[in-house]
Amino acid sequence: MLKIFRYLKKKEWGYAAICVIFIVFQVWLDLKLPDYMSEITTLVETEGSAMSDILHAGACMLLCAVGSMAASIVTGYFAAKTAAGLSYTLRELVYNKTLDFSMKEVRQFSADSLLNRTTNDVTQIQTLVAMGLQAIIKAPILAVWAIVKIWGKSWQWTLATALAVIILIIALGITLIFAVPRFRKIQSLNDRLNTVTREQVGGIRVVRAYNAEEYHGKKFEAQNDEITENNTVANRVMALMSPTMSFLNSGLTLAVYWIGAFLILHASADAKLGIFSDMVVFSNYAMQIIMAFIMLNMIFVLLPRAQVSANRIMEVLNTPVSLKDGDGSGEESGQGTVEFRGVSFRYPGAGEDALKDISFTVGKGETCALIGATGSGKTTAINLIPRFYDVTQGEILVDGVDVRKYRQDDLRSRIGYCPQKAKLFSGTVRSNIAFGDSGKPAPDDKEVQTALEISQSAEFVSKMKGGADAPIAQNGTNVSGGQKQRLSIARAVARKPEILIFDDSFSALDYRTDREVRRQLGEKTKDAAKIIVAQRISTIRDADQILVLDHGRIVGKGTHDELMASCTQYQEIAASQLTKEELANA
Amino acid sequence: MPDRKQKKQGDKNPLKQFMQYIGRFQAWINLSIILSLVAAILNLIGPNALSKVTDLITEGLTGEMNTFWIVRICILLVLLYSLGWAVNYAEGFIMATVAQRITKSMRSDISKKINRLPLRYFDSHNTGDTLSLVTNDVDTVGQMLNQSLSTIVLNISLLIGAAIMMFWTNWKMAFLGILAALLGFGISLLIISRSQKYFSQQQAELGALNGHIEETYSGLLVIKAYNDQRHVRSEFKKKNDILYKSNWKSQFFSGIMQPLMMFIGNLAYVVVCVTGAVLAIRGEITFGVIVAFMLYIRNFTNPLQNLAQAFSSLQSMTAACERIFTFLDEEEMEDESAKTTVIKHVKGDVQFEHVSFGYNENREIIHDFSADIKVGQKIAIVGPTGAGKTTMVNLLMRFYEVNKGKITIDGISTKDMKRETVHDIFGMVLQDTWLFEGTVRENLVYNRKNVTDAELDQVCNAVGLSDLIHQLPDGYDTVLTDDAAISAGQKQLFTIARAMIADSPLMILDEATSSVDTRTELQVQKAMDMLTEGRTSFVIAHRLSTIRNADCILVMKDGDIIESGTHDELMKKGGFYADLYNSQFDAA
Repeated sequence: MLKIFRYLKKKEWGYAAICVIFIVFQVWLDLKLPDYMSEITTLVETEGSAMSDILHAGACMLLCAVGSMAASIVTGYFAAKTAAGLSYTLRELVYNKTLDFSMKEVRQFSADSLLNRTTNDVTQIQTLVAMGLQAIIKAPILAVWAIVKIWGKSWQWTLATALAVIILIIALGITLIFAVPRFRKIQSLNDRLNTVTREQVGGIRVVRAYNAEEYHGKKFEAQNDEITENNTVANRVMALMSPTMSFLNSGLTLAVYWIGAFLILHASADAKLGIFSDMVVFSNYAMQIIMAFIMLNMIFVLLPRAQVSANRIMEVLNTPVSLKDGDGSGEESGQGTVEFRGVSFRYPGAGEDALKDISFTVGKGETCALIGATGSGKTTAINLIPRFYDVTQGEILVDGVDVRKYRQDDLRSRIGYCPQKAKLFSGTVRSNIAFGDSGKPAPDDKEVQTALEISQSAEFVSKMKGGADAPIAQNGTNVSGGQKQRLSIARAVARKPEILIFDDSFSALDYRTDREVRRQLGEKTKDAAKIIVAQRISTIRDADQILVLDHGRIVGKGTHDELMASCTQYQEIAASQLTKEELANA
Repeated sequence: MPDRKQKKQGDKNPLKQFMQYIGRFQAWINLSIILSLVAAILNLIGPNALSKVTDLITEGLTGEMNTFWIVRICILLVLLYSLGWAVNYAEGFIMATVAQRITKSMRSDISKKINRLPLRYFDSHNTGDTLSLVTNDVDTVGQMLNQSLSTIVLNISLLIGAAIMMFWTNWKMAFLGILAALLGFGISLLIISRSQKYFSQQQAELGALNGHIEETYSGLLVIKAYNDQRHVRSEFKKKNDILYKSNWKSQFFSGIMQPLMMFIGNLAYVVVCVTGAVLAIRGEITFGVIVAFMLYIRNFTNPLQNLAQAFSSLQSMTAACERIFTFLDEEEMEDESAKTTVIKHVKGDVQFEHVSFGYNENREIIHDFSADIKVGQKIAIVGPTGAGKTTMVNLLMRFYEVNKGKITIDGISTKDMKRETVHDIFGMVLQDTWLFEGTVRENLVYNRKNVTDAELDQVCNAVGLSDLIHQLPDGYDTVLTDDAAISAGQKQLFTIARAMIADSPLMILDEATSSVDTRTELQVQKAMDMLTEGRTSFVIAHRLSTIRNADCILVMKDGDIIESGTHDELMKKGGFYADLYNSQFDAA
């Protein structure tokens, strides 16, 4: 938790220091105020006091009150700036770190979790720091100072106050020990409840089809019971706090008077009045101490959540980025070639290699297709080319140079990548097509139009309001799945890359569109090496080279006809899709 | 219909509705209110007694001190305070318990409501909104119940009680003290309401920034592939900079609430002390009155502060209640408990008789469709993405009701059966593979009873899952979580296996094999053929090869059924289907 404060800037440490100064000032004023009351008490109890003296003391009291408010507003101002500043810094650090992560780290954390860490967790810290700078610092200062002020006057009063503070601390301890762990648990239970509900709502069609409403109802109730149980216990413990605080509040005042009565009884005649006015003042101190602790108690409710959040943030910031940028020292030979040399790959934490000893070469302008069963490693293989992950063994050469030798942006500038799940960003059609940075000038109108035509998007885009400048909603929710996929192909093409990678990008298209896109790609991106993951034989039968993957190994390599003659796995796939006549006629 | 609904909502005050909702806890809540009142009274006796003690001490300053009475009163006070503590805690304990019981039943009701709502609701509402009801909104209600309800009762009684006691003790001091408190309170409210705009601004800007982060993270692969980091970073910085400004302001304003309230307390305290002192010097009052007032005024200003807080929480509770009750008031599916028609042994004749349907009333997408499907036939539904193929599933399963005409199974209209009965007749595998968090066994067996491991083995073998399951650390008892390394295709196999285990007389396969690679599909196809043998089945697929042997093909486009017939008939016709079919074999 404390480590998180490392990220406070110098300026913010300054702010925090100012906060402390003003809190001390505020405590001083808060404790000064009752002193004037003591003066008034003496005046009242002394015969023939002047009215003006009372009013003077009253004015001083008022000044103290105003001063204390001003001081705490200043404290609040700097606390807010410190907290907001810290949250600004943390948010930026986590965000930038996430962008630096390779997909390996992203996979470890999961994108959802990273999102939560960048948003909610940071907000938690901010709230804690803002309140903490006021309450956490103030309570102990006030308590110690007040006790010190009472100290010299009478040990009995000091003892009573100290006793009250000890009881308070015990009460806080009870909350910390019994309620806080429950609150912590409730947090994770809430996540579980969320999961269970998400299942029920997200799978509603299946749930209904199987008449499994009750099944999920039971699951939900089990979670509901558990969360209720924990909440009940935690809140019952928390309910102790407020009565205890007010009991101590009244009790301490009473104790001060009770003790006072006997102090006065046994004091000499001229000391009696002094003790009396002290008594009135101390009862006020006592009240202030209790108030400060009530505030502190609120912090303790926030603390466990913030602690968890801080750990989650630190986890991100402390995770080293596993991919190191190359120095760009490799000497390139040729343009638009890809070569795998004995590549093996294993996902972190996995027991088995996802790819084993993969070797193949794709030359300039050639098309290479990967086909194989689900989980056979097709996507894994192509994700190694833009270096989303690093190979475990062997090497991958792009333009004759190991991908690890390139600077990442240089490497990726050569590649047009089209992911399995089409992803669009809020903006316009154009901003999605002319996306990113390839080291070249952004595609102009004509180039965007060409890309749209190649991907068979021109027609539906022209029907959208504004054409290429039509807005695209976040996650592309305002276009259909097939349209998203086509725009995603257009984006890859518009980059004019040396290497085009399509990860199963055609299967969401109907046959006719699929065929047309491929025809256009063949014509207009002649020079680019194309690497295509596919499921339909019809999509890839014209490829220069087809790789058949099975359990991470290459089990067949060659053209369609060669594989039809030699590779059983390929024959099976083909047989499932085409009839004999079609195969023969082809 | 929309009119009626609006009226219904307009009539209802969420708080009133809430009060009805918590009806069965009324006795407990009443008890806690009574306890609050008792606690308030006990609290207000204190200052009065302490005032007497002070007067006794003051007498002791110059003359004889009556220690007997002082001790007497003090002991009495200790008893009162202890009793107050007990009463207070009893009240807090009850409310903590009641609040949790209420939120629990709210969550249950929401969960049950989910099962009674028509699918139309979920197709037109965001899942996240429904989720947020169960977690955030109910939570808000719970917290507010816990704090606000008793706080309001306790503090209102304290406020009124303290005011009465003050006026009863000395009206001049009471008047000035209360005036000062209210004046300060008014000014504070003014400041707070002025700051409101920063809060909404901050919320909006935070939303914009979070949206940006969400988009970046979910598209990280693409951003990296296209070297867009620099751009999104600067975009982030811009949004973060903007947020910072409203952020610290709203943080500041919420932070000064406390000091402002402190000031009100102090202000009233000073006024009471000075007025008291002046009156005491004039001999109008004793010093004990000042002491009593010092306590009373705190009992007046603290509740004021607590009430301000309670009412602002009450506002968010009202908003949460409104959302919850709007959901609970949504129109439910027709109650079917009276329907008893059951088909004992389903043969599997399915008839569409002049079926018309549209998702909204002004746009009919299926017009007077009729088809006669015999036992064991395979019906294929094809068409481009977005052609409305799932509409047929929605109608068959009665997820949506047909507007005109009827669908019959073995001559009995599905409308005459309970929905559950219809669901039991159909086995279904959906486009989006849906697995829930639980063991492999739970996911496969689902809500079927008495499925043996031998049966599981058999099914898993048939769909080709055996290997995978053997590789899993705990076999059938492996818990499937989000991060489990199971591919989309494997997930698909799981749902297929689930359908096989359910063993329903009719099958619906909604693009069931489209995310399974072709080799796995071959396995699946075999299993499916086994499964669909002798059963009437409806298949929706992209891959035309899998449906060529269908007995009837329904071709859909833009929601309409535009052609129907066998493969050969449709090919002969040379229409949309033929075109679609031929396109897959042309060389690129």
